Amino acid sequence: MALLQIKREVCTGCGLCLQVCPFGALSLDSENIVVVNEACTGCGACVPECPVSALSLPEAEKKETVSTDEYSGVWVWVEQLNGQASSISWEMMGEGRKLADKRGTILTACVLGYEAEPLAKQAIAYGADRVFLVDDPTLKVYRTDPYARILVELVKKYKPEIFLLGASTRGRDLAGAVATYLYTGLTADCTGLEIEEGSNLLLQIRPAFGGNIMATIKCPHHRPQMATVRHHVFEMPAPDESRQGQIIREKAVLLEEQIATKVLDLIVEKNEVNLADAKIIVSGGRGVKGPEGFAILHELAEVLGGAVGASRAAVDAGWISYAHQVGQTGRTVRPDLYIACGISGAIQHQAGMRTSKVIVAINKDPEAPIFQIADYGIVGDLFTVVPALTRALRRRLNK
Amino acid sequence: MQAIVCIKQVPDTTEVKIDPERGTLIRDGVPSIINPFDTYAIEEALRLREKFGGKVTVISMGPPQAINALKEAVAMGADEAILLSDPAFAGADTWATAYTLSRAIRKIGEFDVIFCGRQAIDGDTGQTGPGIATQLQINQLTYVCKITSLDLEKKQIEVERLVEEGREVVHSTLPCLITVVKDINQPRYPTILGIRKAQKAQIPTWTAKDLDVDPRLIGLEGSPTRVVKIATPPPRAGKCEIIQGESVEAQADLLAEKLIAEKIIV
Repeated sequence: MALLQIKREVCTGCGLCLQVCPFGALSLDSENIVVVNEACTGCGACVPECPVSALSLPEAEKKETVSTDEYSGVWVWVEQLNGQASSISWEMMGEGRKLADKRGTILTACVLGYEAEPLAKQAIAYGADRVFLVDDPTLKVYRTDPYARILVELVKKYKPEIFLLGASTRGRDLAGAVATYLYTGLTADCTGLEIEEGSNLLLQIRPAFGGNIMATIKCPHHRPQMATVRHHVFEMPAPDESRQGQIIREKAVLLEEQIATKVLDLIVEKNEVNLADAKIIVSGGRGVKGPEGFAILHELAEVLGGAVGASRAAVDAGWISYAHQVGQTGRTVRPDLYIACGISGAIQHQAGMRTSKVIVAINKDPEAPIFQIADYGIVGDLFTVVPALTRALRRRLNK
Repeated sequence: MQAIVCIKQVPDTTEVKIDPERGTLIRDGVPSIINPFDTYAIEEALRLREKFGGKVTVISMGPPQAINALKEAVAMGADEAILLSDPAFAGADTWATAYTLSRAIRKIGEFDVIFCGRQAIDGDTGQTGPGIATQLQINQLTYVCKITSLDLEKKQIEVERLVEEGREVVHSTLPCLITVVKDINQPRYPTILGIRKAQKAQIPTWTAKDLDVDPRLIGLEGSPTRVVKIATPPPRAGKCEIIQGESVEAQADLLAEKLIAEKIIV
């Protein structure tokens, strides 16, 4: 029994749905009418494709798992490392502010850390009306258990309607645990958040299949509606130091001896890249030809104050470490400027960078797919073009 | 060392082409593969078994044809494989999937480490691993790029996690759940012997009835989230402006001028 419902009398046998099914679950029977097999997962990719609305998924039985009216307010988790908030935290405050205003409710920041009071004040400057500050030595460095247990207890006590966390390694680690404890919905890596007219539900828009489709997801009957949010998608708000807000101190839930993990060290290598925070990325692919080739990309990145990225081909060849990899099996980035050098632009690479604000492609092959998504392109040998660009920028930027 | 590896069968996106006119994926005849990140999870479990002895059990929840992914895992060297398949599981989101997998893991019994891939390349959520760990109330170590030490007697493990700023060294007690990134190893190919073994392998299918699950918490019904719309993302606005010039220097200078003039570089 598959989930998909097919109105046989409506189906015209056009076959459009067969092409979009990711699981090969659809076929045409002897009467040229669509049939579904048990490979169907109920993903819904085919439903909007049908020109005659012959396909549908069952509406979930209406049920109130929690009394959703009791939940109100928008929360944001402020991610920090050594007392520094990550940029995604403040980007979410900007978006959270809009959602809270739309719902006529308040915006709350959750600050967990040690000696983290300055962060609580910053959170107010960035738009929070209220901050839960949990200041404890056990929270100095992020660990799943102590962080998750606190957020779970805070949610149970204060009942927020919406809870946003950054789609970073820590945010995804934490959100997955918190949503599981609370038995509520969690949508990963959102690039759009809206309040639906009428229902007032949070519409969570996210890419799937490597960015080739956009899915809109709702959490109708469970609270809070939780989402992790991709960095660099929402505008960073300007802080306003004169804003007033309330700081509420809450206690940690676990004692050190109740925590089974210890963070021993953070190894940051020389030339280590933080692609997530880079505003400009100079990226190299197969065309870079070897580890030496990356030297000229490093020079360009240095002039621009950017980081160096790489395609899978360059990483698999061993020319540069995995931390630099952009794409489906590497990192997803959204810098202001992405300069792709000697990268053909396979869809797996595009999945990691196609939402960059401006893309520049430098490639010998004018037919390379990267030019289809680039804003500017130079057809030429990167070994002459990149150094020339470095020189031109150095001159124009007086460096 | 008892390891359980959770894998997912996904469409092979390297075989997917984009329809240039409609901008949609052409998935016709696209083969299914083991989620690439999960192959690193299988490999890491096999390496630990080779070092410490023990058993590697691979499980997957999915439609009946997901058995092919499990056979491939057996061909790589897994000792046992179990398929979780039931129409009642269909439509599960990450919450319901993690719940169902965790119930199957409880039924399997003793384990030291559970391995998952960082995320699946179709859904891209990375939520099922943490979900399973939380359901089982064990430690989770996500984005692991190296297992530096494992002591089965003292029940301790030390790993490196790939975080945005570098590599974080974390110590944890066992049992735990680990999600791996592709830096961790190079997965082996199945051997001819392995493929023969996989062909003969008995892979049981567990349905909802075989697991101690609450029927209200599985499949679409147990899923808090609903996909309400699927759309093709808008194509990137604008067209590529190919920078022409008499020389490479002139081209590069023109590009630099444009990027600065449009405040892309400040």
